[in-house]
Amino acid sequence: MNRVMQMWQAGLSLLLCSNVALADWSALNMRQGVTEISQRVYDLHMLIFYICCAIGVLVFGVMIISMLMHRKSLGVTPATFHEDTRVEVAWTVIPIIILLVMAVPATSTLRDMYESSDSDLDIEVRGYQWKWQYTYLNEDPAEEIQFMSALKTPRNEIQNLEAKGEHYLLDVDNPLVIPINKRVRFLVTSQDTIHSFWVPDFAVKRDAIPGFIHESWAVVEEPGVYRGQCAELCGKDHGFMPIVVHAVEQADYDLWIAEKQAEAKEVFNTVGKTWSKDELMVKGEEVYLQHCAACHQPNGQGIPPAFPSLVGQGIAVGPMSGHIDILLNGQAGTAMQAFGQQLNPAEIAAVITYERNAWGNDMNDMVQPKEINTMMASE
Amino acid sequence: MSAVIEEHHHDGHHHGPDKGIMRWVFTTNHKDIGTLYLWFSFLMFLTGGVLALGIRAELFQPGLQIIQPEIFNQLTTMHGLIMVFGAVMPAFVGLANWLIPMMIGAPDMALPRMNNYSFWILPFAFGMLLSTFFMEGGAPNYGWTFYAPLSTDYAPPSVTFFIFAVHMMGISSIMGSINVVVTILNMRAPGMTLMKMPLFVWTWFITAYLLIAVMPVLAGVVTMMLMDIHFGTAFFNAGGGGDPVLFQHVFWFFGHPEVYIMILPAFGVVSAIIPTFARKRLFGYDSMVYATASIAFLSFIVWAHHMFTVGIPLAGELYFMYATMLIAVPTGVKVFNWVATMWQGAMTFETPMLFAIAFVILFTIGGLSGLMLAIVPADFQYHDTYFVVAHFHYVLVPGSVFSIMAAVYYWIPKWTGNMYDETLGKTHFWLSFIGVNVTFFPQHFIGLAGMPRRIPDYALQFADWNMVSSCGAFLFGFSQLLFLFIVIKCIRGGKKATDQVWEGAHGLEWTIPSPAPYHTFTTPPTSMKEAHG
Repeated sequence: MNRVMQMWQAGLSLLLCSNVALADWSALNMRQGVTEISQRVYDLHMLIFYICCAIGVLVFGVMIISMLMHRKSLGVTPATFHEDTRVEVAWTVIPIIILLVMAVPATSTLRDMYESSDSDLDIEVRGYQWKWQYTYLNEDPAEEIQFMSALKTPRNEIQNLEAKGEHYLLDVDNPLVIPINKRVRFLVTSQDTIHSFWVPDFAVKRDAIPGFIHESWAVVEEPGVYRGQCAELCGKDHGFMPIVVHAVEQADYDLWIAEKQAEAKEVFNTVGKTWSKDELMVKGEEVYLQHCAACHQPNGQGIPPAFPSLVGQGIAVGPMSGHIDILLNGQAGTAMQAFGQQLNPAEIAAVITYERNAWGNDMNDMVQPKEINTMMASE
Repeated sequence: MSAVIEEHHHDGHHHGPDKGIMRWVFTTNHKDIGTLYLWFSFLMFLTGGVLALGIRAELFQPGLQIIQPEIFNQLTTMHGLIMVFGAVMPAFVGLANWLIPMMIGAPDMALPRMNNYSFWILPFAFGMLLSTFFMEGGAPNYGWTFYAPLSTDYAPPSVTFFIFAVHMMGISSIMGSINVVVTILNMRAPGMTLMKMPLFVWTWFITAYLLIAVMPVLAGVVTMMLMDIHFGTAFFNAGGGGDPVLFQHVFWFFGHPEVYIMILPAFGVVSAIIPTFARKRLFGYDSMVYATASIAFLSFIVWAHHMFTVGIPLAGELYFMYATMLIAVPTGVKVFNWVATMWQGAMTFETPMLFAIAFVILFTIGGLSGLMLAIVPADFQYHDTYFVVAHFHYVLVPGSVFSIMAAVYYWIPKWTGNMYDETLGKTHFWLSFIGVNVTFFPQHFIGLAGMPRRIPDYALQFADWNMVSSCGAFLFGFSQLLFLFIVIKCIRGGKKATDQVWEGAHGLEWTIPSPAPYHTFTTPPTSMKEAHG
């Protein structure tokens, strides 16, 4: 009996440990989120979890009792029964009933998640290796807002050279902004490999599949900043393409929209002006570090053979027209994307000028945003 | 094994094994081939384990420390491929080779030469797969599920070698399973009716059919990849009229039965061990057989539950959810039967029994998290997080791998004629049991809290439990060296085993001498008294 007491004590201390862990329960469990759907998903999760716990306690309880009582060392003689139809039927039928109890709320929640009535706002979410592009669809294409959203965490934090910030790996340069209490529809697709658009607080996870568009939606009830990540392996930097959504009051949202539209106009103007080489180099370095350095590396050396070096070889020291073509249209069969769809003409002109004149490359030439703009328009 | 070599002098037959290395190259003996499979599997287990420890070392702390992202993806991919195709599957084939003929009273497998081929393909397949680490562009880095187009348009050049390696593994598995089916159908001793076969034979019989059904599907999907990569087709490329999701449908039509291929023989092992150490007949033999067959059938019609987030229509999601939930019923029957077998037995807790009981408990935890994953709305939150990683590692490590270890401890006295060191065996069990739970239990939490799988670096809120998990992984990993030591020690000597080995053991394999002579049952056994009643 001494041994049994010891086991009880061990079990009790385990329980106490788990109580300590319970203090920080939120870091260990699914998020309840901020939509009606996410709350229902959470409730469903907890319901199944408790049912599973009950089944576990029952089955493991019987096993533990059996292990304590039915041991040869206690001098028991083994029973001889080896079948019983009534018991077999019972433990086939009872699980089916439990499954039905789970299936009913699961079905109703799923039906509501799939309900596709009209939305107040449609946003196309397009996955790229390794960033997101958001397009606020608008019947008038001139008023469409489109921007890329990429990881903002500095490389030095990832390489452990600086202390990690509060939102390490979960911060982006341009967050998605949506109004609260509006039905926002996400039309999810991809430009290259499969990604997955996941915002835990909305219970939205939809795979981004190249060539296909799938939809998901959310009505966010509380203003706030909600963070998620790409949830489908999409290549080297799969772990470094977070999603940040700012849910704001309608008035703030309208302000933001106006600002974005003004910005678009500003870009239009900067494309029109003539840039100096220094301006292009400064802008170019900024664009390069943000969009190119993940593959071609900050020093331009790349990671051959997948990501070729740009220093003293290849397109950056070849003819200008070839360089522009690859930047705008990408290189089929490689990870090199068509940046004509992601960057504005000023950014493209700047980064091309930068690549041709940085790291010891000395082409001593430059290209103006205007020229790029003409080429993009003619394509 | 050396003990087997010595044994042939007094087994009363004309020829024993050849001497030296050629014995192993040309052998057609089911015991030799079983041994080869088991050693190969253990070597792959250690290889895949080293890769896993690389992954866990990188994940010990947030930030990139020792492994860069492109290498990290190669580690996760190769870890999965090696563990599934190199460690777990060959281990069960090794057990099948050793045990099926001895359990059904047959002198050998039905197709001994093919048996030799199916083993010797494997070292070449895995040699080729591992050589990709040294190729330009590195090893496969698209996950063991190799979703297109990441594995086609965006794959490193080594993908072609990966495809041929998979073809070779598939050929090996198909030949192995045809051998199992033919042996079981044709070579049973008189009186060994189907419903008298030990459950290990039954589960392997059904597994072999699963393998024959789905390995060609795997071969098909990698061939379609090969065509897309080299011959200009567009099966998985929307730009050419194909569909990336088609890949996932075909892959998981193979992949889901594959999951059961890795667990059904484990059910057979546990169904042999628990009755022995409970000294009580297996409860509900018939229902065990029917449950195994039901699980195998259901495994063909639930594949899309791996793809709930790809945008399947509502009706499809509902169907796959209900079908998946149904699997809980026959699986539950199995667990309840094992518990009922233990109930009112007279149990002792030697190492095989410890592993078998841990199997039942931890596999059930994995099964329950599987049930949670079946619930589509909740799966949207679980999918592709560490919750899934925790789930399938619970069914594969303390599930399949524990059952293989249980099997080795249980039958090794029959194979070598020596008892293993019980104290060391129990130490190995407890280290593995603690290691496995410390590694994988916290992964449930970090998954629910939102950590995606297959990432080399993570946000700060996941740091604590990742550190715990990494500690557990190293404990579990290094404990397996103790297993190696115990097995070698047992081969080299130890307390002599009796023929029956275990007090409560029943079945034909326990009627032959320990160690099992090089040739057994050259004349069929006449009494089925020892077979399942």
